[in-house]
Amino acid sequence: MASRTASKDIITLKGSAAIVSEFFGYAANSILYNRGVYPEESFGKVKKYGLPMLLTQDKAVKTFLTNLTSQLSEWLEGGKLQRIVLVIMSKATGEVLERWNFNIITDGEVVEKGAVKEKSDKEIMREIQAIMRQVNSCISFLPCLDEPCIFDVLAYTDSDTTVPFTWMESDAKLIENPQMVKLHSFDTKIHKVDTLVSYKVDDLDEQ
Amino acid sequence: LRAAFSCSRSISSGKNRAAVQRPPLQEAGSRPYMPSLSTRNPSAKCYGDRFIPDRSAMDMDVAHYLLTEGKKDKENAAASPSKEAYRRLLAEKLLNNRTRILAFRNKPPEPENVFAADTVSSHQAKPAKQRRYIPQSAERTLDAPDLVDDYYLNLMDWGSSNVLSIALGDTMYLWDASSGSTSELVTVEEDNGPITSVSWAPDGRHLAIGLNSSDIQLWDTSSSRLLRTLKGVHESRVGSLAWNNNILTTGGMDGRIVNNDVRIRDHAVQTYQGHSQEVCGLKWSGSGQQLASGGNDNLLHIWDVSMASSMPSAGRNQWLHRLEDHTAAVKALAWCPFQSNLLATGGGGSDRCIKFWNTHTGACLNSVDTGSQVCSLLWNKNERELLSSHGFTQNQLTLWKYPSMVKMAELTGHTSRVLFMAQSPDGCTVASASADETLRFWNVFGTPEVAKPAPKASHSGMFNSSFAHIR
Repeated sequence: MASRTASKDIITLKGSAAIVSEFFGYAANSILYNRGVYPEESFGKVKKYGLPMLLTQDKAVKTFLTNLTSQLSEWLEGGKLQRIVLVIMSKATGEVLERWNFNIITDGEVVEKGAVKEKSDKEIMREIQAIMRQVNSCISFLPCLDEPCIFDVLAYTDSDTTVPFTWMESDAKLIENPQMVKLHSFDTKIHKVDTLVSYKVDDLDEQ
Repeated sequence: LRAAFSCSRSISSGKNRAAVQRPPLQEAGSRPYMPSLSTRNPSAKCYGDRFIPDRSAMDMDVAHYLLTEGKKDKENAAASPSKEAYRRLLAEKLLNNRTRILAFRNKPPEPENVFAADTVSSHQAKPAKQRRYIPQSAERTLDAPDLVDDYYLNLMDWGSSNVLSIALGDTMYLWDASSGSTSELVTVEEDNGPITSVSWAPDGRHLAIGLNSSDIQLWDTSSSRLLRTLKGVHESRVGSLAWNNNILTTGGMDGRIVNNDVRIRDHAVQTYQGHSQEVCGLKWSGSGQQLASGGNDNLLHIWDVSMASSMPSAGRNQWLHRLEDHTAAVKALAWCPFQSNLLATGGGGSDRCIKFWNTHTGACLNSVDTGSQVCSLLWNKNERELLSSHGFTQNQLTLWKYPSMVKMAELTGHTSRVLFMAQSPDGCTVASASADETLRFWNVFGTPEVAKPAPKASHSGMFNSSFAHIR
């Protein structure tokens, strides 16, 4: 692809943290909608990343996600967040059915020295857009979730992070013998986010 | 000259007392009450300072592996699942020792409009409950003259027979909460006194008293008889006691902790050596499996009965955990009634923090700066709440919601530090004794009528609901 001289924008640590936590908020909403964790009618459409994105209108879920993303933002600014995992579990049995894993690699130099990076905002948006499209299309291969499900979010942080009082230690909620699919990643030059979904293999669909 | 000695009370002659003798445990008349003027609102934030990453702690290899692992997957879209799982488990393991996994405490709400209120799912968001009314002032105040103002002692305990025992100087008083009557159990000899610790046995009938002389007395309160005196267990005063069935664990100023089987002749069956200074906090867990001890050396030890030494000679045992996080004496200890292996501890004047521990792993789960010396801690048996008592400047009792550690109430009234707290057997009332020489009763844990057990609470002992609540 011929390189266009795209204008580069300054990315600060704070800005990058905001982009990543915002991305997670929208991604979480998308996943909850696509996987049918909450009824379709409880979502409303907004335009973001050049796509029609769905956001939950449920107050409680909104609050949960807002509190979450603000805490994620803070951890990201401190360079302490290693990954975020959105776990989907069976409501009845609590069994983990799907794990949406967002790995984060932080440029330590930026956190340490407060440097700024340059990258075109548009390009970051394009990368995120690609991921969102992929999340939407995952429906084609992910097994049907035909029972009521609930979700939770895990944050993997550095072990010396002080645990805020609204958080508590948790186990990893892993899936046994999962099938895994890696999606696109995006990079703000300060934070690189890899997306991966692992899911419980349906016995009938075993290849 | 004065005939006022008719009341059965003795004064330690070593103290300078005012000429007026106040009979103990009587209703305080018009005592000067100093309402707290300042409104404190410390934000109990736990956010640490901005993290400066330590390059040496960043594992470049793992990071690189994770980066390139992704690329490989792209080529082989349908890589075998087991390989993927192995790769990921490997990554998890590698990261495990420098990673914490955290989840938000308040879980997201369950989908669908069907709120199955009867299914107790841990992920279900609880519908908002009516907050109960917590009276802001003490329900009753009694005089406690000669209460020794010493942070390191444990001078009050409330037994399962609903009798409160409190040591004032050299004398042990028993206050029957059902009838409101006071009786004197014993006044120890001046050489042995003052009394430095008291603890009811689980049966609510036997009482252990620790003395300044290092003696430990065991009393049968139903007959007011001294059953035995344990001598030579410690080299100096016995400031803390804890019962575990028929084992009486004693903690001394000599830093030693001794398990005494009170039924047998050679009662000292085990010694825990770990503290270098006075043992001021001593509590057995609900299961009787673990013992928490706090000392003036700022250490918190967790001892496990299953780690008994196989060496017959020394009888000394290694601790399960030695926790050094507190920066002052650790006296306040409280095991959580609804979550096993959860211990709350409080630090003294230069620490002022309440810390929560997983006693299985030794991990510190949370730390909250209360702003004031923590003298005592009590868990609510019916709700997920924790009560702490403090000293300078407010001398307050603070009720916290657990685990959010939001302050639910601050009870003021005491005019000096609130050294000791004890809970009624029905779990509704808390008695607090302070250096201001008063004993106050607070209906902080709920009124008896609506008291209901928390999900995981186990009823042990003799909590007889026929005991009248103090009114």
